Amino acid sequence: MTPAISCEQVQVGYGDLQVLRGVSFDIPVGQGVVLLGANGCGKSTLLRSLNGLEKLQSGRIRIHGDSLHDASRRDLRRIRCSMGYVFQQFNLVPQLSAFQNVLLGAMGRQRFGLLSCLGLTASAEERERAMDCLDRVGMADRALHRPSALSGGQQQRVAIARMLMQAPRVVIADEPVASLDPKAEREVLDLLWRIVREEGLSMLCTLHQLDLARDYADRIIGMKAGRIEIDAPVAEADRDRLDALYIGMARVDAQHDGEAA
Amino acid sequence: MTDRPDLPPRFRAPSALTWVLVVGFAAFFIQGLIVSEVALDRLVRGAGNLVRFIGQAVPPDFSGSLNIADAMLETLNIAVVGVTFGCLLSVPLALLAASNTAPNAVVRTIARFVISVGRTIPDLIWALIFVVTVGLGPLAGILAIVMDTIGFAARFYSERFEEVPKGPSEALTSTGAGRLSVIFGAILPESFASMTATSLFSVEKAIRSAVTLGLVGAGGIGVELSTAMRLFRYDQAAAIILVILVVVVLFEQISSSIRKRII
Repeated sequence: MTPAISCEQVQVGYGDLQVLRGVSFDIPVGQGVVLLGANGCGKSTLLRSLNGLEKLQSGRIRIHGDSLHDASRRDLRRIRCSMGYVFQQFNLVPQLSAFQNVLLGAMGRQRFGLLSCLGLTASAEERERAMDCLDRVGMADRALHRPSALSGGQQQRVAIARMLMQAPRVVIADEPVASLDPKAEREVLDLLWRIVREEGLSMLCTLHQLDLARDYADRIIGMKAGRIEIDAPVAEADRDRLDALYIGMARVDAQHDGEAA
Repeated sequence: MTDRPDLPPRFRAPSALTWVLVVGFAAFFIQGLIVSEVALDRLVRGAGNLVRFIGQAVPPDFSGSLNIADAMLETLNIAVVGVTFGCLLSVPLALLAASNTAPNAVVRTIARFVISVGRTIPDLIWALIFVVTVGLGPLAGILAIVMDTIGFAARFYSERFEEVPKGPSEALTSTGAGRLSVIFGAILPESFASMTATSLFSVEKAIRSAVTLGLVGAGGIGVELSTAMRLFRYDQAAAIILVILVVVVLFEQISSSIRKRII
């Protein structure tokens, strides 16, 4: 079966700085993977590359078998449409209601883009769908609130509803709970993973907390300085090796003379 | 006495460039004073004339108030119609000129050039140009206001578009949405409050310029004012100036109270 995400020797750099130094892994359909690594180790660049936001220097990324590398603009939009993205900063449009924000998630699916997704012009089915998505994240009673009137955890729920509205097959979550308090953190992760499991989606999620990673993941990938150090089922990923990801030369821009230390 | 050698000096000599600029400016200033013959006795005589003007202007003559009201209405028409078209045209121009929404660098440069032409040519000169091209009357005034508004509003709109946080538009891009959908779904809503404020500023500005456009024959109350001045009917002129003052202040009050409410 074609893997949901497949990376082969991916290299990405900015100027002199080599960020991803040959990253390879496959994520089979339906697997939930947590990506761990220190700040600056290249996690975000990897996730952005998966969405076609970064240009690869070499290597290949395939999403459900479609190569991002030689995709036309139209193909890229189709691939992006099949990939839900959950951001650390939620990235809701602040001036629009939660309901409208969720409706915007359907933009990639619709032939007429925005025109089919405005509260005013969207079809009855899409409007109902958006309400169902809000229902599933428990935010239906806040449909008309603006993001600024919601707590961080609630905003992330709305963002998850937007992702659900998109009807993706694979989900990328970039530190989805990094700006939330511990209680909201658990609630949002419970919700996100429940939805991923219920819909049978594949997921790649970056986290900073080792405990959370072990609680939710099927498999853990650990990155250090632009390379994959650990790639193991969650049961085999032992604590010492995970801790080592954060020690020493973890960043891609670390100085090489420090390596001896 | 201090014994610290690393103490910063009290005074650092200005650079050569600063000297050149300061001396150049001073020279230009003095030359200007000499050429325009600024002299105390002329100022004193001017003050005497001002008193005479005020003496003839008081009491203001409101006998032509029907005419004045008519001309004022025309001025407001020029301002409102001009500013509406100006703001509407500014939105696409600003989208083409902002670095995050422009399709490519060539289009962006052209759009920026158009906007800066609108801004650098003063409204009175636009009015002169349009009086020549479309003839005397309010149409010339409207076109002048349109150009003036584009120069102002399109620039501020496009700066606002560039300041918009990237997150929401990235989120919409990641759903596979097209560029236009992202612009209208995220960037425009995010800029809306600031655009409204800019548009209200444009309205204030347009009313102020519409008042003066009549001086070059582009319609509105300025025509009445320049006629009254040329016929030495200072009392009528005073009435017109008072009406202008009241209307402009009123409009600024209304627009600033709306602006406060939306921001």
